[in-house]
Amino acid sequence: MLCQSCNQKEANVHITKIINGVKTELHLCEDCAKQKNEFNFSSPFSFGSDLSFQNILDGFVEVMGGSKPQYFEEEKCSVCGTTFEDFRRTGFVGCGNCYKEFNKNIVPLIRRIHGNIHHTGKLPRRAAGLLKLKRRINNLKEELKMAVNNEEYEKAAKIRDEIKELEAKIKDQETRG
Amino acid sequence: MDKSVENMFGTDIVLTSRIRIARNLENMPFPHKMTNEQTRKLINEVASSIIDSNSAIAHTFDLIKLKDINQLERLSLVEKHLISMDLFKNYDKTAVLLNSDRTVSIMINEEDHIRLQVIYPGLKIKEAYEYASRLDDLIEEKITYAFDSKLGYLTSCPTNIGTGLRASVMLHLPALTITKNINNILNTVTQVGITIRGIYGEGSNAMGNIYQISNQVTLGLSEEDIINNLLAVVNKIILQEKRTRGIMLEKQGMELEDDIYRSLGVLKYARVLSASECLNLLSKVRMGIEMGIIKDIDINKINELIVKVQPATLQIIEGRELDSRTRDITRAKIVRKSIS
Ligand SMILES: [Zn+2]
Ligand SMILES: [Zn+2]
Repeated sequence: MLCQSCNQKEANVHITKIINGVKTELHLCEDCAKQKNEFNFSSPFSFGSDLSFQNILDGFVEVMGGSKPQYFEEEKCSVCGTTFEDFRRTGFVGCGNCYKEFNKNIVPLIRRIHGNIHHTGKLPRRAAGLLKLKRRINNLKEELKMAVNNEEYEKAAKIRDEIKELEAKIKDQETRG
Repeated sequence: MDKSVENMFGTDIVLTSRIRIARNLENMPFPHKMTNEQTRKLINEVASSIIDSNSAIAHTFDLIKLKDINQLERLSLVEKHLISMDLFKNYDKTAVLLNSDRTVSIMINEEDHIRLQVIYPGLKIKEAYEYASRLDDLIEEKITYAFDSKLGYLTSCPTNIGTGLRASVMLHLPALTITKNINNILNTVTQVGITIRGIYGEGSNAMGNIYQISNQVTLGLSEEDIINNLLAVVNKIILQEKRTRGIMLEKQGMELEDDIYRSLGVLKYARVLSASECLNLLSKVRMGIEMGIIKDIDINKINELIVKVQPATLQIIEGRELDSRTRDITRAKIVRKSIS
Protein backbone atom coordinates (compact mmCIF):
# COMPACT_ATOMS: atom_id res chain seq x y z
CA MET A 1 0.00 0.00 0.00
CA LEU A 2 1.23 3.48 -0.84
CA CYS A 3 1.30 6.34 1.63
CA GLN A 4 -1.98 8.27 1.52
CA SER A 5 -0.22 11.56 1.90
CA CYS A 6 2.69 11.54 -0.57
CA ASN A 7 1.55 8.62 -2.73
CA GLN A 8 5.19 7.72 -3.22
CA LYS A 9 6.62 5.70 -0.40
CA GLU A 10 5.37 2.47 1.12
CA ALA A 11 2.86 3.03 3.94
CA ASN A 12 4.21 1.33 7.03
CA VAL A 13 2.46 3.39 9.72
CA HIS A 14 -1.18 2.54 10.20
CA ILE A 15 -3.33 4.66 12.45
CA THR A 16 -6.88 4.02 13.59
CA LYS A 17 -8.73 6.71 15.42
CA ILE A 18 -12.24 6.51 16.80
CA ILE A 19 -13.82 9.81 17.62
CA ASN A 20 -17.52 10.17 18.29
CA GLY A 21 -17.97 6.69 16.99
CA VAL A 22 -16.46 7.51 13.64
CA LYS A 23 -13.51 5.37 12.68
CA THR A 24 -10.76 6.99 10.66
CA GLU A 25 -7.92 5.00 9.19
CA LEU A 26 -4.70 6.55 8.00
CA HIS A 27 -1.94 4.75 6.16
CA LEU A 28 1.25 6.75 5.92
CA CYS A 29 4.94 6.37 5.29
CA GLU A 30 7.19 7.02 8.25
CA ASP A 31 8.22 10.47 7.05
CA CYS A 32 4.68 11.73 6.46
CA ALA A 33 3.52 10.23 9.76
CA LYS A 34 6.20 12.21 11.58
CA GLN A 35 5.14 15.32 9.75
CA LYS A 36 1.51 14.81 10.62
CA ASN A 37 2.41 14.25 14.27
CA GLU A 38 0.36 11.12 14.24
CA PHE A 39 3.30 8.90 15.01
CA ASN A 40 3.08 9.07 18.73
CA PHE A 41 -0.22 7.28 19.15
CA SER A 42 0.69 4.39 21.37
CA SER A 43 -2.63 2.61 20.95
CA PRO A 44 -5.50 2.99 18.54
CA PHE A 45 -7.65 4.38 21.34
CA SER A 46 -5.15 6.62 22.98
CA PHE A 47 -6.99 9.62 21.64
CA GLY A 48 -9.95 9.34 23.90
CA SER A 49 -8.52 7.62 26.91
CA ASP A 50 -6.34 10.37 28.25
CA LEU A 51 -7.21 13.59 26.61
CA SER A 52 -5.66 16.00 29.03
CA PHE A 53 -4.31 18.93 27.15
CA GLN A 54 -0.83 18.62 28.60
CA ASN A 55 -0.61 15.02 27.41
CA ILE A 56 -1.50 16.00 23.89
CA LEU A 57 0.97 18.82 24.02
CA ASP A 58 3.73 16.62 25.43
CA GLY A 59 3.11 14.03 22.74
CA PHE A 60 3.26 16.77 20.19
CA VAL A 61 6.60 18.01 21.40
CA GLU A 62 8.05 14.52 21.54
CA VAL A 63 7.13 13.92 17.96
CA MET A 64 8.80 17.12 16.97
CA GLY A 65 12.08 15.81 18.36
CA GLY A 66 13.74 15.63 21.75
CA SER A 67 15.53 18.94 21.59
CA LYS A 68 13.63 22.17 21.47
CA PRO A 69 12.40 22.76 17.94
CA GLN A 70 13.58 26.10 16.68
CA TYR A 71 10.15 27.62 16.00
CA PHE A 72 9.51 27.88 19.72
CA GLU A 73 12.07 30.67 19.97
CA GLU A 74 10.79 32.64 17.04
CA GLU A 75 7.04 32.56 17.16
CA LYS A 76 5.50 35.41 19.06
CA CYS A 77 2.02 36.89 18.67
CA SER A 78 2.35 40.45 17.41
CA VAL A 79 -0.82 41.51 19.21
CA CYS A 80 -0.51 40.07 22.73
CA GLY A 81 3.15 39.01 22.90
CA THR A 82 2.42 35.38 23.77
CA THR A 83 5.10 33.05 22.44
CA PHE A 84 4.48 29.54 21.21
CA GLU A 85 6.66 28.41 24.11
CA ASP A 86 4.27 30.20 26.53
CA PHE A 87 1.39 28.36 24.92
CA ARG A 88 3.21 25.06 25.04
CA ARG A 89 3.92 25.53 28.75
CA THR A 90 0.47 26.72 29.86
CA GLY A 91 -1.97 25.39 27.26
CA PHE A 92 -3.40 28.88 26.80
CA VAL A 93 -3.07 31.30 23.92
CA GLY A 94 -3.17 34.99 24.75
CA CYS A 95 -5.67 36.31 22.20
CA GLY A 96 -7.64 35.42 19.10
CA ASN A 97 -4.81 36.56 16.88
CA CYS A 98 -2.50 33.87 18.37
CA TYR A 99 -4.48 31.29 16.38
CA LYS A 100 -3.53 33.13 13.19
CA GLU A 101 0.13 33.57 14.06
CA PHE A 102 0.67 30.05 15.40
CA ASN A 103 -1.58 28.57 12.74
CA LYS A 104 0.93 26.15 11.30
CA ASN A 105 1.77 24.60 14.65
CA ILE A 106 -1.54 24.93 16.40
CA VAL A 107 -3.79 23.45 13.72
CA PRO A 108 -2.27 19.94 13.96
CA LEU A 109 -2.81 20.13 17.70
CA ILE A 110 -6.43 21.15 17.30
CA ARG A 111 -6.91 18.27 14.91
CA ARG A 112 -5.49 15.99 17.58
CA ILE A 113 -7.82 17.25 20.25
CA HIS A 114 -11.03 17.31 18.20
CA GLY A 115 -10.30 15.03 15.27
CA ASN A 116 -11.35 17.91 13.05
CA ILE A 117 -10.42 21.50 12.22
CA HIS A 118 -13.63 22.78 10.64
CA HIS A 119 -16.31 24.49 12.66
CA THR A 120 -19.77 23.39 11.53
CA GLY A 121 -21.83 24.75 14.42
CA LYS A 122 -23.49 28.01 15.30
CA LEU A 123 -22.44 31.26 13.62
CA PRO A 124 -22.46 34.70 15.22
CA ARG A 125 -25.73 36.25 14.21
CA ARG A 126 -24.55 39.52 12.77
CA ALA A 127 -21.84 37.94 10.64
CA ALA A 128 -23.93 34.89 9.83
CA GLY A 129 -25.00 35.86 6.29
CA LEU A 130 -21.48 36.27 5.05
CA LEU A 131 -20.13 33.28 6.93
CA LYS A 132 -22.86 31.04 5.56
CA LEU A 133 -21.93 32.06 2.02
CA LYS A 134 -18.28 31.29 2.73
CA ARG A 135 -19.18 27.93 4.21
CA ARG A 136 -21.32 27.13 1.15
CA ILE A 137 -18.41 28.03 -1.15
CA ASN A 138 -16.05 25.74 0.77
CA ASN A 139 -18.52 22.88 0.40
CA LEU A 140 -18.94 23.60 -3.30
CA LYS A 141 -15.18 23.58 -3.79
CA GLU A 142 -15.08 20.09 -2.30
CA GLU A 143 -17.86 19.02 -4.62
CA LEU A 144 -16.02 20.54 -7.55
CA LYS A 145 -12.90 18.55 -6.74
CA MET A 146 -14.93 15.35 -6.62
CA ALA A 147 -16.70 16.12 -9.87
CA VAL A 148 -13.39 16.73 -11.62
CA ASN A 149 -11.93 13.55 -10.15
CA ASN A 150 -14.95 11.62 -11.41
CA GLU A 151 -14.64 13.32 -14.81
CA GLU A 152 -18.14 14.78 -14.51
CA TYR A 153 -17.21 17.91 -16.40
CA GLU A 154 -20.69 19.19 -17.02
CA LYS A 155 -21.47 19.06 -13.33
CA ALA A 156 -18.12 20.66 -12.54
CA ALA A 157 -18.87 23.59 -14.83
CA LYS A 158 -22.19 24.16 -13.12
CA ILE A 159 -20.57 24.11 -9.69
CA ARG A 160 -17.89 26.51 -10.89
CA ASP A 161 -20.56 28.96 -12.04
CA GLU A 162 -22.30 28.75 -8.70
CA ILE A 163 -19.06 29.45 -6.86
CA LYS A 164 -18.44 32.50 -9.03
CA GLU A 165 -21.91 33.78 -8.34
CA LEU A 166 -21.51 33.35 -4.58
CA GLU A 167 -18.09 35.00 -4.61
CA ALA A 168 -19.56 37.99 -6.40
CA LYS A 169 -22.27 38.16 -3.73
CA ILE A 170 -19.64 38.18 -0.98
CA LYS A 171 -17.70 40.95 -2.71
CA ASP A 172 -20.86 42.94 -3.00
CA GLN A 173 -21.71 42.50 0.67
CA GLU A 174 -18.20 43.31 1.82
CA THR A 175 -17.94 46.52 -0.19
CA ARG A 176 -21.29 47.64 1.15
CA GLY A 177 -19.84 46.99 4.60
CA MET B 1 -35.80 28.16 52.46
CA ASP B 2 -32.86 29.00 50.23
CA LYS B 3 -34.39 29.57 46.80
CA SER B 4 -31.29 28.37 45.00
CA VAL B 5 -31.41 24.92 46.60
CA GLU B 6 -35.09 24.16 46.27
CA ASN B 7 -35.83 22.01 43.19
CA MET B 8 -32.24 22.19 42.09
CA PHE B 9 -32.12 18.53 41.14
CA GLY B 10 -34.43 16.18 39.27
CA THR B 11 -36.24 13.39 41.02
CA ASP B 12 -34.75 10.39 39.28
CA ILE B 13 -31.33 9.13 38.19
CA VAL B 14 -30.76 12.42 36.37
CA LEU B 15 -30.05 15.27 38.76
CA THR B 16 -29.28 18.13 36.38
CA SER B 17 -28.59 19.04 32.76
CA ARG B 18 -25.99 21.72 32.23
CA ILE B 19 -24.93 23.73 29.19
CA ARG B 20 -21.83 25.85 29.23
CA ILE B 21 -20.87 28.08 26.31
CA ALA B 22 -17.46 29.76 26.10
CA ARG B 23 -17.21 33.10 24.30
CA ASN B 24 -14.60 35.81 23.91
CA LEU B 25 -14.69 39.35 22.64
CA GLU B 26 -13.00 40.37 19.43
CA ASN B 27 -9.86 42.51 19.68
CA MET B 28 -9.36 41.92 23.38
CA PRO B 29 -6.66 39.73 24.97
CA PHE B 30 -7.94 36.67 26.83
CA PRO B 31 -8.47 37.09 30.62
CA HIS B 32 -5.03 35.88 31.76
CA LYS B 33 -3.45 38.58 29.57
CA MET B 34 -5.78 41.42 30.54
CA THR B 35 -4.91 44.45 32.65
CA ASN B 36 -7.03 45.19 35.72
CA GLU B 37 -8.52 48.13 33.89
CA GLN B 38 -9.56 45.85 31.01
CA THR B 39 -11.14 43.28 33.34
CA ARG B 40 -13.20 46.04 34.99
CA LYS B 41 -14.37 47.35 31.65
CA LEU B 42 -15.27 43.90 30.42
CA ILE B 43 -17.42 43.17 33.48
CA ASN B 44 -19.41 46.35 32.82
CA GLU B 45 -19.72 45.69 29.12
CA VAL B 46 -20.98 42.10 29.48
CA ALA B 47 -23.29 42.98 32.38
CA SER B 48 -24.75 45.83 30.37
CA SER B 49 -25.44 43.57 27.37
CA ILE B 50 -27.92 41.68 29.56
CA ILE B 51 -29.11 44.13 32.21
CA ASP B 52 -29.55 47.12 29.89
CA SER B 53 -31.13 45.07 27.09
CA ASN B 54 -34.77 45.40 26.05
CA SER B 55 -35.34 41.75 26.88
CA ALA B 56 -38.03 40.84 29.40
CA ILE B 57 -35.48 38.86 31.41
CA ALA B 58 -33.07 41.80 31.81
CA HIS B 59 -34.31 42.76 35.27
CA THR B 60 -34.08 39.19 36.62
CA PHE B 61 -30.27 39.28 36.62
CA ASP B 62 -27.98 40.40 39.43
CA LEU B 63 -24.34 41.22 38.93
CA ILE B 64 -22.09 39.89 41.68
CA LYS B 65 -18.44 40.94 41.69
CA LEU B 66 -16.59 38.17 43.46
CA LYS B 67 -14.48 40.60 45.46
CA ASP B 68 -17.64 42.11 46.97
CA ILE B 69 -18.73 38.90 48.73
CA ASN B 70 -16.85 36.92 51.38
CA GLN B 71 -14.86 33.73 51.02
CA LEU B 72 -17.65 31.48 52.34
CA GLU B 73 -20.25 32.96 50.01
CA ARG B 74 -17.88 32.48 47.08
CA LEU B 75 -17.25 28.84 48.05
CA SER B 76 -20.95 28.21 48.43
CA LEU B 77 -21.49 29.39 44.85
CA VAL B 78 -18.89 26.81 43.79
CA GLU B 79 -20.66 24.08 45.75
CA LYS B 80 -23.92 24.96 44.02
CA HIS B 81 -22.13 24.78 40.65
CA LEU B 82 -23.07 28.40 39.97
CA ILE B 83 -19.45 29.42 39.51
CA SER B 84 -16.28 27.53 38.64
CA MET B 85 -13.12 27.09 40.69
CA ASP B 86 -11.38 29.32 38.17
CA LEU B 87 -13.77 32.20 38.85
CA PHE B 88 -13.37 31.60 42.58
CA LYS B 89 -9.56 31.61 42.50
CA ASN B 90 -9.36 34.86 40.54
CA TYR B 91 -11.97 36.59 42.69
CA ASP B 92 -10.24 39.98 42.57
CA LYS B 93 -11.09 40.39 38.88
CA THR B 94 -14.07 38.14 38.18
CA ALA B 95 -17.84 38.55 38.30
CA VAL B 96 -20.99 36.57 37.71
CA LEU B 97 -24.47 37.44 36.49
CA LEU B 98 -27.08 35.25 38.19
CA ASN B 99 -30.77 35.16 37.39
CA SER B 100 -33.35 35.04 40.15
CA ASP B 101 -34.12 31.32 40.00
CA ARG B 102 -30.40 30.54 39.72
CA THR B 103 -30.76 28.52 36.51
CA VAL B 104 -28.47 30.88 34.58
CA SER B 105 -25.02 32.02 35.55
CA ILE B 106 -22.88 34.11 33.25
CA MET B 107 -19.29 34.09 34.45
CA ILE B 108 -17.09 36.99 33.40
CA ASN B 109 -13.28 36.85 33.20
CA GLU B 110 -13.12 33.14 33.73
CA GLU B 111 -10.67 31.22 31.53
CA ASP B 112 -12.60 32.91 28.70
CA HIS B 113 -14.22 36.36 28.78
CA ILE B 114 -17.67 34.83 29.02
CA ARG B 115 -18.79 31.44 30.27
CA LEU B 116 -22.53 31.24 29.93
CA GLN B 117 -24.11 28.45 31.92
CA VAL B 118 -27.66 27.14 32.11
CA ILE B 119 -28.54 24.39 34.60
CA TYR B 120 -31.96 22.72 34.61
CA PRO B 121 -33.12 19.96 36.94
CA GLY B 122 -33.73 16.58 35.29
CA LEU B 123 -32.92 15.53 31.74
CA LYS B 124 -33.50 18.78 29.83
CA ILE B 125 -30.26 19.27 27.98
CA LYS B 126 -31.93 20.37 24.72
CA GLU B 127 -34.08 22.94 26.50
CA ALA B 128 -31.03 24.17 28.40
CA TYR B 129 -29.13 24.63 25.15
CA GLU B 130 -31.98 26.48 23.49
CA TYR B 131 -32.15 28.94 26.34
CA ALA B 132 -28.38 29.34 26.50
CA SER B 133 -28.28 30.01 22.77
CA ARG B 134 -30.95 32.70 23.09
CA LEU B 135 -28.95 34.41 25.84
CA ASP B 136 -25.87 34.10 23.66
CA ASP B 137 -27.74 35.95 20.89
CA LEU B 138 -28.84 38.61 23.35
CA ILE B 139 -25.25 39.27 24.45
CA GLU B 140 -24.13 39.33 20.84
CA GLU B 141 -26.49 42.20 20.06
CA LYS B 142 -24.06 44.45 21.94
CA ILE B 143 -20.80 42.53 21.72
CA THR B 144 -18.72 41.25 18.80
CA TYR B 145 -17.33 37.80 19.46
CA ALA B 146 -13.90 36.50 18.50
CA PHE B 147 -14.77 34.15 15.66
CA ASP B 148 -12.83 32.51 12.86
CA SER B 149 -14.75 31.24 9.83
CA LYS B 150 -12.75 28.01 9.90
CA LEU B 151 -12.10 27.37 13.60
CA GLY B 152 -15.33 28.83 14.94
CA TYR B 153 -15.55 30.63 18.29
CA LEU B 154 -12.03 31.25 19.56
CA THR B 155 -11.21 30.28 23.15
CA SER B 156 -8.15 30.73 25.31
CA CYS B 157 -7.60 26.96 25.43
CA PRO B 158 -7.91 25.01 22.16
CA THR B 159 -9.82 22.25 23.95
CA ASN B 160 -12.93 24.49 23.86
CA ILE B 161 -12.58 25.98 20.39
CA GLY B 162 -15.30 25.75 17.72
CA THR B 163 -18.71 25.61 19.36
CA GLY B 164 -17.29 26.45 22.80
CA LEU B 165 -19.98 24.08 24.01
CA ARG B 166 -19.72 21.78 26.98
CA ALA B 167 -22.94 19.88 27.59
CA SER B 168 -23.12 17.78 30.75
CA VAL B 169 -25.61 15.65 32.56
CA MET B 170 -25.26 14.89 36.26
CA LEU B 171 -26.26 11.33 37.09
CA HIS B 172 -26.82 9.45 40.33
CA LEU B 173 -25.33 5.99 39.75
CA PRO B 174 -25.18 4.05 43.02
CA ALA B 175 -25.82 0.58 41.56
CA LEU B 176 -23.17 0.94 38.86
CA THR B 177 -20.73 2.22 41.49
CA ILE B 178 -21.43 -0.55 44.03
CA THR B 179 -21.03 -3.25 41.36
CA LYS B 180 -17.94 -1.45 39.97
CA ASN B 181 -19.51 -1.53 36.49
CA ILE B 182 -18.85 2.18 36.32
CA ASN B 183 -15.23 1.43 35.37
CA ASN B 184 -16.30 -0.41 32.20
CA ILE B 185 -18.55 2.47 31.26
CA LEU B 186 -15.73 4.91 31.87
CA ASN B 187 -13.53 3.03 29.42
CA THR B 188 -16.25 2.71 26.79
CA VAL B 189 -17.49 6.29 26.67
CA THR B 190 -14.04 7.87 26.41
CA GLN B 191 -13.75 6.13 23.06
CA VAL B 192 -16.67 8.13 21.71
CA GLY B 193 -15.45 11.53 22.86
CA ILE B 194 -17.38 11.63 26.14
CA THR B 195 -15.95 11.95 29.65
CA ILE B 196 -17.23 10.90 33.06
CA ARG B 197 -16.01 12.32 36.32
CA GLY B 198 -17.10 12.29 39.93
CA ILE B 199 -18.72 15.51 41.09
CA TYR B 200 -17.73 15.57 44.71
CA GLY B 201 -14.36 14.32 45.85
CA GLU B 202 -11.17 13.81 43.92
CA GLY B 203 -10.50 11.76 40.80
CA SER B 204 -12.60 8.71 40.09
CA ASN B 205 -13.50 8.31 43.76
CA ALA B 206 -16.93 9.88 43.42
CA MET B 207 -18.55 10.91 46.70
CA GLY B 208 -22.29 10.38 46.82
CA ASN B 209 -22.15 8.29 43.61
CA ILE B 210 -22.81 11.41 41.55
CA TYR B 211 -21.13 11.70 38.17
CA GLN B 212 -20.93 14.27 35.42
CA ILE B 213 -21.08 13.03 31.82
CA SER B 214 -19.86 15.60 29.24
CA ASN B 215 -18.77 15.95 25.65
CA GLN B 216 -15.04 16.22 25.04
CA VAL B 217 -15.01 17.33 21.42
CA THR B 218 -16.18 20.90 20.69
CA LEU B 219 -15.05 21.38 17.08
CA GLY B 220 -16.26 19.73 13.87
CA LEU B 221 -19.70 18.82 15.17
CA SER B 222 -22.80 20.98 15.30
CA GLU B 223 -24.29 21.81 18.70
CA GLU B 224 -27.19 19.54 17.88
CA ASP B 225 -24.89 16.60 17.11
CA ILE B 226 -22.89 17.16 20.29
CA ILE B 227 -26.07 17.11 22.36
CA ASN B 228 -27.54 14.10 20.56
CA ASN B 229 -24.32 12.12 21.02
CA LEU B 230 -24.29 12.95 24.69
CA LEU B 231 -27.95 12.04 25.09
CA ALA B 232 -27.41 8.69 23.40
CA VAL B 233 -24.64 7.83 25.87
CA VAL B 234 -26.56 9.17 28.86
CA ASN B 235 -29.64 7.15 27.97
CA LYS B 236 -27.54 4.00 27.73
CA ILE B 237 -25.98 4.65 31.12
CA ILE B 238 -29.40 5.27 32.69
CA LEU B 239 -30.64 2.01 31.24
CA GLN B 240 -27.64 0.13 32.66
CA GLU B 241 -28.10 1.70 36.08
CA LYS B 242 -31.75 0.62 36.05
CA ARG B 243 -30.86 -2.90 34.92
CA THR B 244 -28.19 -3.21 37.58
CA ARG B 245 -30.66 -2.05 40.23
CA GLY B 246 -33.09 -4.68 38.97
CA ILE B 247 -30.50 -7.43 39.22
CA MET B 248 -29.47 -6.33 42.70
CA LEU B 249 -33.09 -6.33 43.81
CA GLU B 250 -33.65 -9.77 42.33
CA LYS B 251 -30.51 -11.47 43.62
CA GLN B 252 -29.91 -9.69 46.92
CA GLY B 253 -33.13 -7.82 47.55
CA MET B 254 -33.08 -8.24 51.32
CA GLU B 255 -29.44 -7.16 51.60
CA LEU B 256 -30.13 -4.13 49.41
CA GLU B 257 -33.16 -3.14 51.46
CA ASP B 258 -31.17 -3.67 54.64
CA ASP B 259 -28.36 -1.45 53.38
CA ILE B 260 -30.79 1.31 52.38
CA TYR B 261 -32.64 1.28 55.72
CA ARG B 262 -29.40 1.14 57.73
CA SER B 263 -28.27 4.23 55.83
CA LEU B 264 -31.52 5.96 56.69
CA GLY B 265 -31.08 4.88 60.31
CA VAL B 266 -27.63 6.42 60.56
CA LEU B 267 -28.82 9.67 58.93
CA LYS B 268 -31.74 9.85 61.38
CA TYR B 269 -29.71 9.27 64.53
CA ALA B 270 -26.03 10.08 63.93
CA ARG B 271 -24.48 12.87 65.98
CA VAL B 272 -21.31 13.35 63.90
CA LEU B 273 -21.27 13.11 60.09
CA SER B 274 -18.38 13.84 57.75
CA ALA B 275 -19.23 15.23 54.30
CA SER B 276 -18.22 12.06 52.47
CA GLU B 277 -20.05 9.67 54.83
CA CYS B 278 -23.11 11.88 54.69
CA LEU B 279 -23.15 12.07 50.88
CA ASN B 280 -22.76 8.32 50.55
CA LEU B 281 -25.61 7.66 52.99
CA LEU B 282 -27.82 10.22 51.24
CA SER B 283 -27.06 8.43 47.97
CA LYS B 284 -28.28 5.09 49.37
CA VAL B 285 -31.45 6.68 50.70
CA ARG B 286 -32.02 8.49 47.43
CA MET B 287 -31.72 5.17 45.60
CA GLY B 288 -34.19 3.68 48.08
CA ILE B 289 -36.70 6.41 47.25
CA GLU B 290 -36.10 6.12 43.49
CA MET B 291 -36.70 2.36 43.68
CA GLY B 292 -39.87 2.74 45.74
CA ILE B 293 -38.34 0.96 48.74
CA ILE B 294 -38.61 4.08 50.92
CA LYS B 295 -41.98 5.72 50.42
CA ASP B 296 -42.44 8.30 53.15
CA ILE B 297 -39.57 10.68 52.35
CA ASP B 298 -39.78 13.37 49.67
CA ILE B 299 -36.85 13.05 47.28
CA ASN B 300 -36.57 16.84 47.08
CA LYS B 301 -35.65 16.81 50.76
CA ILE B 302 -32.68 14.56 49.93
CA ASN B 303 -31.72 16.74 46.96
CA GLU B 304 -31.76 19.77 49.18
CA LEU B 305 -29.58 18.03 51.77
CA ILE B 306 -26.97 17.04 49.16
CA VAL B 307 -26.33 20.76 48.68
CA LYS B 308 -26.85 21.92 52.26
CA VAL B 309 -24.31 19.52 53.79
CA GLN B 310 -21.45 20.87 51.64
CA PRO B 311 -18.90 22.58 53.92
CA ALA B 312 -19.26 26.22 52.81
CA THR B 313 -23.03 26.15 52.31
CA LEU B 314 -23.36 24.56 55.76
CA GLN B 315 -21.43 27.42 57.35
CA ILE B 316 -23.51 30.02 55.55
CA ILE B 317 -26.70 28.39 56.86
CA GLU B 318 -25.20 28.54 60.35
CA GLY B 319 -24.14 32.12 59.77
CA ARG B 320 -20.57 31.67 61.00
CA GLU B 321 -17.29 29.91 60.32
CA LEU B 322 -17.02 26.45 61.87
CA ASP B 323 -14.03 24.17 62.45
CA SER B 324 -14.24 20.75 60.86
CA ARG B 325 -15.46 18.92 64.00
CA THR B 326 -18.19 21.46 64.63
CA ARG B 327 -19.15 21.18 60.96
CA ASP B 328 -19.59 17.41 61.29
CA ILE B 329 -21.78 17.86 64.35
CA THR B 330 -23.82 20.62 62.68
CA ARG B 331 -24.20 18.52 59.54
CA ALA B 332 -25.63 15.62 61.58
CA LYS B 333 -28.03 18.02 63.29
CA ILE B 334 -29.29 19.49 60.00
CA VAL B 335 -29.82 16.05 58.48
CA ARG B 336 -31.56 14.76 61.61
CA LYS B 337 -33.92 17.70 61.69
CA SER B 338 -34.75 17.36 58.02
CA ILE B 339 -35.59 13.66 57.75
CA SER B 340 -36.84 12.46 61.11
ZN1 LIG C 1 4.39 9.61 2.55
ZN1 LIG D 1 -2.02 36.70 20.72
